[in-house]
Amino acid sequence: MAVTLRFFAALRERAGASLVTRDLPSPMTVGDLWECLRRERPALGDYSGPVRFAVNQEYVDKETPLQDNDEVAFIPPVSGG
Amino acid sequence: MFEIVNHRIDVERLLAAVGRPQAGAIVTFVGTTRNHNAGRPVVRLEYEAYPEMALREMHRIGEQVLERFGATAVAMAHRIGVVEIGEASVVIAVSAAHRSAAFEACRFAIDRLKEIVPIWKKEHYEGGEVWIGPQQGGSEATALNA
Repeated sequence: MAVTLRFFAALRERAGASLVTRDLPSPMTVGDLWECLRRERPALGDYSGPVRFAVNQEYVDKETPLQDNDEVAFIPPVSGG
Repeated sequence: MFEIVNHRIDVERLLAAVGRPQAGAIVTFVGTTRNHNAGRPVVRLEYEAYPEMALREMHRIGEQVLERFGATAVAMAHRIGVVEIGEASVVIAVSAAHRSAAFEACRFAIDRLKEIVPIWKKEHYEGGEVWIGPQQGGSEATALNA
């Protein structure tokens, strides 16, 4: 299952990337993927702030299962305007 | 009209986009970079966006404005990149038959944009920089914004 990951703002700095493509070996939820990324990238693991998730540009909760070709975004607290 | 731009926002264009013969009022909100925040001087702000999703959410707010307040038209532009002191980071224009709806709709639109649209500001101050918004835990006090 191929997914595209997008990181922004503080999470982009911590992930060291704004866009990553990734093959997931098995079905997982957005929350599972986030936990996986936190283990892989210590700077993400150290982040203790709030995060919201979006799949295909819609906000979702962490229980949302991922599907092939999903774009998953990791969204720290927004501060537009 | 909904835009994310990396240059100065043209307010006149937004006004022209919402003007209607049946509208008697246009209310415009302009958010500008303030030279202080949380008790410290601000040098500049720098904005980043998830542009595809930000535009979707802006459109959605626009639809809500039309339905909920009976506005005749809405336009929004948000700037990304560096926004210097006094420059506009966001402009929202709303037209309506009467001013009451236009004021309320515009207020709703900026309040909602600040809650939901995936855009972030980084504050550059003397001696450092920080992303605005709670970065540690959900309950810590955050830098207050306009």
